[in-house]
Amino acid sequence: MSALEAEALTRRFGGLTAVADVSLSIAVGELHAVIGPNGAGKSTLVNLLSGTLPPSSGRFRLGGQDVTGWPSWRLAQAGIGRSFQRTNVLREMSVFENVRLAAQAAGFAPGLWLRRAKRAAAPIEAARAALARVGLEREGIAGTLSHGELRLLEIAMALATHPRVLLLDEPLAGMGPEEGERVAALLKELARDHAVLLIEHDMDFVFAVADSMTVMVDGRVLEQGTPTAIRASDAVREAYLGTDA
Amino acid sequence: MLVAGRTGTLLLLLGAAVVASMPWWASSYHLQLASTALVSAMFALSLQLLVGGAGMVSLGHAAFFGVGAYAVYLLPPGLSIGLTLPAAALLAGVAALPVGALSLRTRGFFFLMVTLAFGQMLFFLFHDTPLGGGKDGVFVTRPAFEIFGLLWEVPRRQRAQVLLWVNLGLLIAMYAALAALMRTLFGHALLGIRANEDRMQALGYDTRRIKLVAFVIAGALAGISGHMWAMTEAFVNPEFLSWHRSAEALLMVLLGGIGALHGPILGAFAYVGLGEAATLITERQRLVEGLVFLAVVLLLPKGLAGLLPRGKEGGR
Repeated sequence: MSALEAEALTRRFGGLTAVADVSLSIAVGELHAVIGPNGAGKSTLVNLLSGTLPPSSGRFRLGGQDVTGWPSWRLAQAGIGRSFQRTNVLREMSVFENVRLAAQAAGFAPGLWLRRAKRAAAPIEAARAALARVGLEREGIAGTLSHGELRLLEIAMALATHPRVLLLDEPLAGMGPEEGERVAALLKELARDHAVLLIEHDMDFVFAVADSMTVMVDGRVLEQGTPTAIRASDAVREAYLGTDA
Repeated sequence: MLVAGRTGTLLLLLGAAVVASMPWWASSYHLQLASTALVSAMFALSLQLLVGGAGMVSLGHAAFFGVGAYAVYLLPPGLSIGLTLPAAALLAGVAALPVGALSLRTRGFFFLMVTLAFGQMLFFLFHDTPLGGGKDGVFVTRPAFEIFGLLWEVPRRQRAQVLLWVNLGLLIAMYAALAALMRTLFGHALLGIRANEDRMQALGYDTRRIKLVAFVIAGALAGISGHMWAMTEAFVNPEFLSWHRSAEALLMVLLGGIGALHGPILGAFAYVGLGEAATLITERQRLVEGLVFLAVVLLLPKGLAGLLPRGKEGGR
């Protein structure tokens, strides 16, 4: 069964339709890449799926449950984890506290509110595990991290909330080649036990890691299928890959 | 939020000891003044939970101070403080619930304006209706010092010193409770919201609910400080609810430092002390106060609390 299922999701801003009739479904163990030129509506799609924006029309389901219109915090509780295109962390706090707060969010019921943060072992352990999994060993204030390290911190925060679905908006952007390779390996590993939706511009990378793909142009789905099918598609080549291929 | 370090705590305790010893060396006028500063410190401390705790700058906080003060007037006279104090906190908390629920639909500047509007509505409720005994204020009977059935008859000439100690004890208790609160998972979540509310939402925090709980707690604590003001002065006045008083408390928080839990205590004492010192020098005390505030804001970005030795950062 697919973990995430979107059905004809549409988002209009006044007269502009940023996302039009986008349907897709991703199963746990699947890495689905969304590609498309700038302005194709990829980030808007992530914002719809994470609840940052409500859709104008269309529905989407999480593990079979209709979650259309849920606010972002509720979707996060229901198992959606995301990283942001523009790094979005709690800059004045320590790296560890960023991830610990993320871990604490999972099942943060009022009954737990008055536990001493230092003594609440579960979020601390989960934060350590998430940091170890992405291989971020830095300590100190998050604002002092390098760009690449911040991207890793984003992923660690998303992971610490124990999501079933990961929405990763350009996790590689601005990373050096070495860091990029590390993240590529990490993504492949994450796709084993998560449903991953990946937005990425690096085509070599996308075709290497994706199990399935959606090509978006002007808010619409131009083509959907396996990387092999996408590579063979004339429409995609014409509209998008033309310049490279 | 910064909680005072070991040296800082020692200095604060030293200050508390000095205040506690005042009955043996200070005039009754100065005892009164110290009580005023202690109650102001409680009020500013309750506001700090909003401002420093979650980044919510409210201009309506005095409304809950006023509700707490008027609780003393509205409750039947002769009750014990063991009853009136919790009642004042409860009433103020109950008043804060709908105000918070509606204001927290907004953020930032709009939150400031909406809290201002709600605060002024409550002000006019007590100012323009017979509910609160009229716009000129009204004298109240002080609640009795009675806890668990033990009545403590305080002779008239000892009243100022007993009130001073009660106020000091309550301030210390409030500080300790808030310091403990900021160390909990709830406190850490609040600080996270102050740092980046959108990110906290994306992580799965129902930030509005968390902020509402903080708003109600802060309202109840403001109610306690209002109750103690009414009890110290034996007088309540609609002015207690006005936005001037909210702004004054904000000034104390700024003066003391937004980033430190003990900041408002330092700020309140500095504010009251400064006002007193300025009247000794000149009739134009507001001018002196204004210049000092300007100097503090320009020279001490972390407020007076920045002068104390650094402590450990809660939530870092």
